[in-house]
Amino acid sequence: MKVGLFIPCYVDAFFPEVGIATLQLLERLGCEVHYPLEQTCCGQPMANSGCHADAAGAEALFVRNFAEFDHIVAPSGSCVHHVRDHLTAIEQTPDVLAVRTRTVELVTFLHDGLGVREFPWAEFPHKVALHIGCATLRSLHAASTSEVAGLEFNKPARLLQAVKGLELVPLRRPDECCGFGGTFSVFEEPVSAKMGQDKVQDQLDAGAQYVVTPDMSCAMHQQGCAKRLGAPLKYLHIAQVLNGARA
Amino acid sequence: MSRVDHAEASSRFIEAKDHADFHDQRLWDLRGKRDTESRKLPEWEALRMLASQIKEHTLSHLADYLEEFERNAKANGIVVHWARDAAEHNETVYRILQQHGATTLVKSKSMLTDECEMRPYLARRGVEIIETDLGERIQQLDDEPPSHIVVPAVHKLRADVAEVFARHIGTDPGNHDVPYLAESQRRHTRPYYLKAQAAMTGANFAVAETGSFVVCTNEGNADLGANIAPLHIASIGIEKLIPKLEHLGVFVRMLSRSALGSPITQITSHFRAPRPGTELHVVLVDNGRSERLGMADFWRSLKCIRCGACMNTCPVYRRSGGLSYGSTYSGPIGVIIDPTFDLRKYSSLPFASTLNGSCTMVCPVKIDIHAQIMKWREVIAQRHQLPMVKREAMRLAGKVLASPRLYRAAVEAAAAGIDHLPRTLLYNPFNAWGRQREVPAAPALTFRQWYLKHRGGKP
Repeated sequence: MKVGLFIPCYVDAFFPEVGIATLQLLERLGCEVHYPLEQTCCGQPMANSGCHADAAGAEALFVRNFAEFDHIVAPSGSCVHHVRDHLTAIEQTPDVLAVRTRTVELVTFLHDGLGVREFPWAEFPHKVALHIGCATLRSLHAASTSEVAGLEFNKPARLLQAVKGLELVPLRRPDECCGFGGTFSVFEEPVSAKMGQDKVQDQLDAGAQYVVTPDMSCAMHQQGCAKRLGAPLKYLHIAQVLNGARA
Repeated sequence: MSRVDHAEASSRFIEAKDHADFHDQRLWDLRGKRDTESRKLPEWEALRMLASQIKEHTLSHLADYLEEFERNAKANGIVVHWARDAAEHNETVYRILQQHGATTLVKSKSMLTDECEMRPYLARRGVEIIETDLGERIQQLDDEPPSHIVVPAVHKLRADVAEVFARHIGTDPGNHDVPYLAESQRRHTRPYYLKAQAAMTGANFAVAETGSFVVCTNEGNADLGANIAPLHIASIGIEKLIPKLEHLGVFVRMLSRSALGSPITQITSHFRAPRPGTELHVVLVDNGRSERLGMADFWRSLKCIRCGACMNTCPVYRRSGGLSYGSTYSGPIGVIIDPTFDLRKYSSLPFASTLNGSCTMVCPVKIDIHAQIMKWREVIAQRHQLPMVKREAMRLAGKVLASPRLYRAAVEAAAAGIDHLPRTLLYNPFNAWGRQREVPAAPALTFRQWYLKHRGGKP
């Protein structure tokens, strides 16, 4: 299966190991992965700030880079949510609409697209708290949420259960937002930091050693709070764990 | 009007750690009770859908239902008034009071009268007003607006209430016992019920078919007021209409479950006609609602039944407190209706959200709250109400991210900066990220550089 790999700007700049793990994992699972070299960003930061016109250039570039792929996969839910649900600053041509519907978040792609349930190479003998970003959770529906009664499901947890030795520990508020929120983290710094500190405390109280997430932007914020608080927690992307990272 | 600075106000709220943590936990508990109670009704999601549809139907036929309500209310003996805006509402209420020689008014909870700033208007004209809801009374005595539409004094600890009551109604400042404080307030308020020449209530629902309205409370204060005074005035926003009495059950089953996680409010009173020998007046208030109804992206906010579930679940509201929004309506619902009153003043509020979407999922009438928050950001940017620094940052970001060359230069410079700047320069007052957070360590190579090196792609 031919896959276009979208590595969001903050992963490219700060978490290359997440991009590498995503690439290697997809290849391990038999995908033919292409990384378009001219990619930058999906346009989300501008659009989420209300500046849609300023997002148009990045959005057009995104579509140009990925138009040739039937499957576009990214290890970041909020970016995928932007592409699928809010990439509207440019004219909605058939190419644009096709790129939007073909863009999929990594866990969803693994769980639903490839239908993988086994990761025989993966072993992670640690206590893990799972953090699912709000876009991945409530917009891309990677798991059921505490607000709505009904069938309970959790795609990232289901994948992590296949990892040898990994123990998921329950949080008091498993789907409370951690307070990252893109530019919110800077323009609403007091609340953002408080939410991050509360999230870290919940993870500590649960006895977690690691926090694993499909959303590294949330982890960047939580990790920043944890480090400042001196909390002994480590943050990894789910692709790293599923690809066989041991620590 | 100066702009509300939500971030600054929230910073002060968080500084009082005991208060902030209590506030967060108290409201989170309400959210948890709501989850438990709603799960006892297997038809919960169907009820939400039904409630949404009833409200959307009513709002899209609002003029007809309002006239039907007026006809039926008049036939019941209710005097019906219409108020285009806050000023007309306040003048109408004052005129009715004057006609009855009423100088003391006992009042139960009403967000609408706060929205109209009625209390100061009447106070300036010599009318003595006593809020009879416990939380509202605490806030009135402390000269603060309510911080939550259902639990107005939720940001106060017991000791704060003891202090306010000691100052105003002579209780023992060292006694923080809740029953003692509640009983003291009750004893203090009782004489006013007997003295007042008029009582005021809001309404949770107005039924077109019957010309009656419904008030849901937990303390009995609204009923005590309305059933003693010779004059009852009810202020009702025009969006409170529902077509038929049979629709009421849909909303009553969800209102208190959503608000407090209790199956129903202690008291659900139907007011249909004046008691013999007394008068019942209804003031139907627009105050911007018709204009909002005409806004394609925002009219659904009028479905709101003011349960406060969106506030209880909102992680930003819980950690910043209602007063930080600088408006009658706070939390997610406030964020989407406040800008319709004053776009400039409330232009920071749609940014006081992480767009996490929890509000939308708890809303009993399925208002797409977080989608409207996102839409308001666009409106605010288009109307040039973004702060200059954000505006310019986005313009620059848009340029850089549209150009692979500029993007790569920026990413590589950022990595070098983090690596080479001394800590004192990196963590400066202008770096909001770094005030309470570490920045991520810069990697040796960006992903793209790694890819080129290891996979031999051509740059």
